[in-house]
Amino acid sequence: MIERRPILDAISHAVLIIGVMLIAFPIYIAFVASTQTAEQAALAPISLIPGDQLLHNFATVLQGGASANVDISPVAQMMWVSLVSALLIAVGKIAISMLSAFALVYFRFPGRRLFFWMIFLTLMLPVEVRINPTYKVISDFGMLNSYAGLTVPLIASATATFLFRQFFLTIPDELAEAARIDGAGPIRFFKDVIWPLSRTNLLALFVIMFIYGWNQYLWPLLVATEQSMYPIGVGIKRMIAGGDAAVEWNLVMATLLLAMIPPGLIVVLMQKWFVKGLVDSEK
Amino acid sequence: MEKRARFRSRWVPYALLAPQLIVTVVFFFWPAVQALYQSVLLQDAFGLSTEFVWFENFKILFEDPAYLTSFKTTGLFSVLVAVTGLAVSLILAVFADRVVRGAAVYKTLLIWPYSVSPVVVGVLWMFLLNPTLGVVAHLLRHVGIEWNHLLNAQHAMILIVLAAVWKQVSYNFLFFLAGLQSIPKSLIEAAAIDGAGPVRRFFSIVLPLLTPTSFFLLVVNIVYAFFDTFAIVEATTQGGPGKETEILVYKVFNDGFKGGDLGSAAAQSVVLMLIVVALTVLQFKYVEKKVQY
Repeated sequence: MIERRPILDAISHAVLIIGVMLIAFPIYIAFVASTQTAEQAALAPISLIPGDQLLHNFATVLQGGASANVDISPVAQMMWVSLVSALLIAVGKIAISMLSAFALVYFRFPGRRLFFWMIFLTLMLPVEVRINPTYKVISDFGMLNSYAGLTVPLIASATATFLFRQFFLTIPDELAEAARIDGAGPIRFFKDVIWPLSRTNLLALFVIMFIYGWNQYLWPLLVATEQSMYPIGVGIKRMIAGGDAAVEWNLVMATLLLAMIPPGLIVVLMQKWFVKGLVDSEK
Repeated sequence: MEKRARFRSRWVPYALLAPQLIVTVVFFFWPAVQALYQSVLLQDAFGLSTEFVWFENFKILFEDPAYLTSFKTTGLFSVLVAVTGLAVSLILAVFADRVVRGAAVYKTLLIWPYSVSPVVVGVLWMFLLNPTLGVVAHLLRHVGIEWNHLLNAQHAMILIVLAAVWKQVSYNFLFFLAGLQSIPKSLIEAAAIDGAGPVRRFFSIVLPLLTPTSFFLLVVNIVYAFFDTFAIVEATTQGGPGKETEILVYKVFNDGFKGGDLGSAAAQSVVLMLIVVALTVLQFKYVEKKVQY
C-alpha cells in the first residue's frame, strides 16, 4: 500500500466484485437450472431462485443416462471414464517426462541433442493439426474404445520434460558427486535423491495435467466411438444434440455441474500447487 | 548449462528415454509425416486411386474462398479473444493487486474457471444465450436486442468469443497478477513521492513494466484461440450460421474427419502446422532467457 485512498479502495472492491459476479453468473444459472424440474427449466426465462430438485436430478443423471430423449450412458460411468483417463494421462506424462529429463541431464550419450529436439518438436504438433493420420494409427493398432487409445497418445509431453529438466539442472552437482563416490548408480540416485527432491514439482504438474486430462474433448471424440467409453465432455455434447425440444436442460445442467466438480475442487483445494504448476509449465 | 557430475552407462539413458520417444514417434511424427505426404496426393471421390499432385491441394485450398474466409474468421476471432481477454484480466489484476483485505478470496474466485473444460463452457453459454430459453437472451430482448446466434453471424461470433474469454480470463489474470507483484515497490513509491497519482503511475510505470507479460500472454491467447477452442465451437455454433464461425481447426475436422476430403484436410493440417511453428518460435524467442538449451 503506497498511500491511503479510500475512494480508490472502494472502487477496487467494486470492480473485483463485479468481476467475480460476471465469472460466477453462468455457474449460478447452471446451478439454478439443475435444481428445477424439467418443466421449470423449460420456462423462458427460468426462475432465478433455486428449486429443490438438485439431488433428484443428480441421482437421475448419475444412474440413468441424462435425458429420456437421447440415449447415452449413465453419467457416473462417463465420469469414471474421465477420471481414469485423467489419472492415467497425469501419471503417464509425469512418469515418462521425469525419466527422459533425468536421462537428458545426467548422462552424455550419442544422440542426446537429437532426442532433445525431437521432444521439443512435439510442441509444434498439437492433436488438432494431425487429426486424420493419428486416428488412423490408433485404429490400425486396434486402440479405439480403449483406455490405452484415450491416454497413451497424449502422454508425450515436452512441457513436463522441460520443467523437470530445468529443475534437475538446479540440483547441486555435489549431490550427484557424493552419490557416485558412495557407489550409487543412476537408478539408486534417482530413487533416493531426485525423487524426494521433486515432490513439489510433481504435485504442481499433477494438478495441471489432471485438469488437462479431464478436459480432453477432441481426442476422445475421435477415439471413443462406443458409448461406454465416452468421457463426460463428449457425453454432454451428445445430450444437447437433439435440438431444443428434446433437451432437458435441468438434467444437462446437473451433468455440467458434476463435470465441473472434480477439476474445480482440485484447483480450489490445491491452489498453491495449481498456481505453481501453471506458471512453471509456461517457462 | 551442463552438469559436471554425470553417470556413465551404455544403455540406461536410452532405456529412460524410450517410452517418451516411442510415443513421440508413433503418435506425433509418423502422423505428421503422413499429413505431409497426403497433402501432396489427390484421391478420387471413391478413394480408389491416388495421384501425386505436388502442391495442387494447396493451390486449390488457397483459391477456395471458403478457406480464405475461414482464415479471416479465425483471425478476427483470435484478435477479439486476445484483446478482450487481456483487457478484462488486466483490469481485474490491477485492482486485485491493490486490495489488501479479501485478496485471497478474490483470487480463488477468479482463477477457478481455468478448470472448466471448453465443451462445458460452450454448453453453458449456449444455455444462457439460447434464443428461446436463455436468461441473457431474455434480458437482451428487454433492451431491444433480438438475440439469435443461430441466424445472426455477428451474434454467433460474440457467443464464441464470450465463452472463450470467460474461460481464459483466469489464466491471464494469474500471469498479470504475478507480473504486477514482481514490479519493485520502490519504483512506485518514488513516483508517489514525486507526486504522481495512481492513474499516472499506472500508465507511466506499471504498464511499461508489464510489457513482457502482456506480450507473452498475447501469444498464448492467440495460440489458445487458434487451437484450444475447438470444443467451444463444436458445442455452440458448430461453425454456423452457414460457415460464419468456422475457424481453421474446426474446418480441418469438418472437411477431413466428417467430410472425408483427405487431401484438402492434410493440406490444411500442414498450413496449421506452419502457424504453430511460427507461434512457437515467437514464444520461445521471447522466453528464451528463461529456457536454457
